[in-house]
Order: sequence, then structure tokens, then C-alpha cells
Amino acid sequence: MKIFVTVKQVPDTSGTVAVNPDGTLDRASMQTIINPDDMNAVEAALTLKDELGCKVIAFTMGPPPAEGMLRELMAMGVDEGVLITAREFGGSDTYATSQIIAAAIDTYGVEPEDIILAGRQAIDGDTAQVGPQIAEKLHLPQVTYAGEIKKDGNTLTVKRMLEDGYMTVKVQTPCMITCIKELNKPRYMNIAGIFECYRKDVTVMTYETLKDHPLIDKSTIGLAGSPTNILTSFTPPQKGAGMMLEGDGRDTTDKLAGILAAKHII
Amino acid sequence: MFNSTEIESFKNVWVFCEQRGGEMMPTTFELISEGRKLADELGVELCGILLGDNVDGIAKELGRYGADKVYVYSSPLLATFTTDAYTKVIADAVEQFKPEILLFGASTIGRDLAPRCAARLHTGLCADCTHLDIDLQNYQNFLREASTLPPERIERTKSVRLAGADHSVARDLKMTRPAFGGHLMASIICPRFRPAMATVRPGVMKKRENPREVELLHPDFDLKPEDIKTEVVEVVKAAKKLVDLIGADCIVSVGRGISKDVEKGLALAEELASELGGVVGASRACVDAGWIGADHQVGQTGKTVHPKIYVALGISGAIQHKAGMQESECIIAVNKNETAPIFECADYGIVGDLFKVVPELIESIRAAKAAK
Repeated sequence: MKIFVTVKQVPDTSGTVAVNPDGTLDRASMQTIINPDDMNAVEAALTLKDELGCKVIAFTMGPPPAEGMLRELMAMGVDEGVLITAREFGGSDTYATSQIIAAAIDTYGVEPEDIILAGRQAIDGDTAQVGPQIAEKLHLPQVTYAGEIKKDGNTLTVKRMLEDGYMTVKVQTPCMITCIKELNKPRYMNIAGIFECYRKDVTVMTYETLKDHPLIDKSTIGLAGSPTNILTSFTPPQKGAGMMLEGDGRDTTDKLAGILAAKHII
Repeated sequence: MFNSTEIESFKNVWVFCEQRGGEMMPTTFELISEGRKLADELGVELCGILLGDNVDGIAKELGRYGADKVYVYSSPLLATFTTDAYTKVIADAVEQFKPEILLFGASTIGRDLAPRCAARLHTGLCADCTHLDIDLQNYQNFLREASTLPPERIERTKSVRLAGADHSVARDLKMTRPAFGGHLMASIICPRFRPAMATVRPGVMKKRENPREVELLHPDFDLKPEDIKTEVVEVVKAAKKLVDLIGADCIVSVGRGISKDVEKGLALAEELASELGGVVGASRACVDAGWIGADHQVGQTGKTVHPKIYVALGISGAIQHKAGMQESECIIAVNKNETAPIFECADYGIVGDLFKVVPELIESIRAAKAAK
């Protein structure tokens, strides 16, 4: 039994976000972090590993420095990292990205007891599409928005969260589960793990490694193989500053209530 | 053989009509209204696609918001959502009837289903859209209002370079959405494949009545129990009544500023909300701290709201929060810190302690109402 976890290195959008004059993101000036929901997927994998002693392999697609993120995950307890990196893969939208990651996971080899875990969505794009699309490309069942996962033999029982409650779903391995933050609290790296992580393997999969896989074709990967294109990107204008009322006393609130009444807002 | 690149052979706008337990989700009516607009701009029909068990009754409701036809797929296997059954029926229907546009609500069901369908059909999907256009003039007018782009860049949006040639986007669906936590907006197109697919954020599109005689169609379809690899054991609705932030005319939201006395802060917000005929919302900080349930959360990861009045009490105004509320018609902010970012989007701001200001404001509103 193996657990694959898909992870993404993303710009930290909760910190300072710099935008270039042309409306694109100034990534160079931003900190990168491991996508928060992916950390919940990693923790779910490590919890199952603690219980069952299975192997956990983290997959990421990105530029070569993403290897550093894989080492961090190994310091948490992940056994092996796979870095999927190639110029040919650049500019991929969710469709093309899932083709490539699915091909990488398939090349590594999915066996009947295996599980693929992913974060619900990445904070840079917020699409939540790559997990389900990998599952489709690998012809595996999926359960998204997992708030609880229980394993009994090859059956997983997942509490799938909905806006107005939840549903309990049973699914057989191999399968894809996407994880939300309510699932668990990710552990920290430990000292032994930090020493250990440089002795573990990072496998690099390039275009050369994957090019003969049936999912990989110049027409289905990279910018040219992406069904969607960006027409334009832009920053919204700041709403004009409103009226600041002087003081914090009853005079001030009377004035505000007067304005609201005059405008028929109340 | 189905080929998603034969653009010319696709026609009509389709909306996936999400029902749960035989009740139509409110977002469906928003999408039907928006789909009507797109269908009119293209000069084509607007069709719903509804999956469920015995759902003809709710299918008829869709005519009220402008649907011309509804393709109804009825089976006990479709009563409750499963990814496998819904993906198969929808993807097969798309291959048979070839709509040029297919919209889903960006719900926990829509966002599970749409990517799976797009991957199977080999087409593009844009997630969590907040604005949709076909007509180029309307789109460029939208950019003039909603962006800081200079006129020459807005003018250039009429075409894109594709494989070395200029491609006119006149008939492409222009799908606009926030990215990077709301710091950036992006307009996405799907120029080479059909259908162009989008999930649309609930609560953003306006519901508009546009009644017409709706035709219900019941095409044959192929679905067997063994097509479904998951088993839904139970569906549980949250026990307590959830707060309807999206439908509210007034929202009084609290933030970290209530930490001094959480119970009193919430009580004041409740009192002000009931005075204004509204409900209580909250920032992510309050939800994470466990002071209030997650169904109250406004913002990027919570709900997007546009009430007539939004009162922000002790909320600093993180960009994620602002992304969820800045379209409100009138924003009133009370915060001790005069540099709080919430004041940048507020129509009216008071610098002060909410525990002092809110009781005064309640009195003032009562007085103003009495004077009317």
C-alpha cells in the first residue's frame, strides 16, 4: 500500500502581494509557502502511515527550487519526493497540469490498495480542479471536501462536507480524496526528520521521462495544450474613500443615522 | 465521434440545475438568469440540465427565470449526487446535444462535478467566476468600470494571439474571476474547445424573472448501478438553521475587535442587526477562534455577499474579507484603528471602540426611525 500526496508551492497571498504595472503578479518579490490545504493532505497521509506503516510519496510540479519544499515534507515524515519539472510543462492550465501529474503517478505505478490525497484547492488559483481531473485521467473514483477519513481494509469511509451539512461516502481503493483544513492539524518537522530528509530520495521526472506516456502529447500539455487562455488580468480599482465621521459620541452616530435615513437606507 | 474542437457544431447555453433532496438550490435560479443574458447575446436557446428522481415539478420552475428547455434525467440512481453517475450522464448529454456553453454553480457539488466533466470532454473550465460576458462592448464597458487597465489595453481585449494568428473573441465566453486571494482579477477564455465551461460563485449573479413557457425533454440515457464506484451512506443536514447571509439585505459583521468581551460583542451585533432587519456575519478570525459558527463567515473562503447595508464592527479588513463584501451597497465601518484597511472600502467610517459606538448607534437609529 502506498499513499501519493500531490502538493504545490504557492506565493503567500496572505502577506504582501506585489502586482506588476501590467497587471501580472510580481512572483519574484513574494514569499513561497506549501499550499495550506496540501498540508492537511500530507498530515492525513502521515496519520495513515503512523497507523499502517505504508509508504508516503509526495508529487509536485514546478520549477527546480520546489525540491526544497519536498525536503520539508520529508522532514515531516514523507518517505519520498517526486519533482515533475520541464520547460514543456510551463504555462499549463488545470487540464494540462492534471494530464502531466496523472502521467507521473501512473508512471510510478498505482496498485489496488493505493490512495491519492490532494488539498482541496491552491490559494494562488483557488480552482479546486486538479484533484478531480487527475482522478478522471487515472479513471479512479474521487471524494472531495473530506472532513474525516476512516480506513477499513480497502474501504475508505469519508465525511464529505457540504454547505448545509455533510454526506458519508464509502469508496474502494485506489481512489482520490481531496482534503479540507477541518480534517486535521498538520504536524511540524522534527529534528530527526530534518537530518533524515537529505538522505531520502527526490526523483526528478522531466519531459523525457514522461514523453512516451499516452497522456503526454504536445497538444495536451503546457501553454499550447491548455484549453483555456488568459484574455487579460487586472487589478480592481480601490473603491473611493468614503466619509470618515469625526468623533465617537452620540453626535456622530446621530449624524450617521440622519444620513442613512435621508438616503432611505433605514 | 465527439470532437470538442469542432467549434461550429456546438450551439445553445446550458445550465446544470443543482437540486438537493428534490429541492432546487437557489444558485440555479441565479445561473438561469445569467444564462438567459448570454443566450440572448448569442441569439441561441437557454437550456437547463436537471438530474434527480421525479424532478419534473421543480424543472417547470426554471421557465420563470428564462429557460427555454429543460433536459430532465430522472432515475433513482440520480436522486443523490454521486460524481460518477452525474459525470457520466452530463458528459454523455453534452456529446449528444453539443451545447457551446455549460455553467455550474460553484458549490461543493458543482466544483466536484465540473472538473471531472471537463477532463472527460477535453475542454476548458474556469473556476468560481464572478462575471460572465459574450458581448465584447459589454465586456469592455465592464473593464472600464471594474479595472484599472488603460484604454489601449482594454481595446486590445478584442482578440488574442493563438498559434501565430489573431483570434477574435467576439463569440467566446469571457469568464472573469478573482485570483491570488482577490488581489488580481483574470478574464479567461476557452477559444479552441467546446463547450466553454464555468463554475459560478453563488450569490454573485442576480436572479431576474423572465417568464416563458418551458419545454421539458426526457432523452434516453444509459446508467447502470455498476457505473457508480462510490456509495453514499447518508446525507445529513446541519442540525441548526444556517444563517442566510447571501439572501440578507443587511449584515452586521464582527471581527477580532470583539475579543475584549466576545459575548457582549456578539449581543451588540445581534441587537444592531435586528434594529436594521439583518443577520450577523463574522470575519475568519472569529470563526477560527470558535466564537461563532463557520456559516457566518464572510470573505474569500466564506461567502460573498452584497447586501444593501454592511456594518463591519472591529474588522480590520484583510483583503480576503474585503473580497467577500466590498460589493455591498452601503458599507459602515467601526474600528479603533484609524489606519484599518476596512476604511478604504467603507462609505462611512467611525474611529472608536465598538463597545461604546454600537449602543449609541442603536439609539440614534431608533431615534431616526421614530422621527420619520
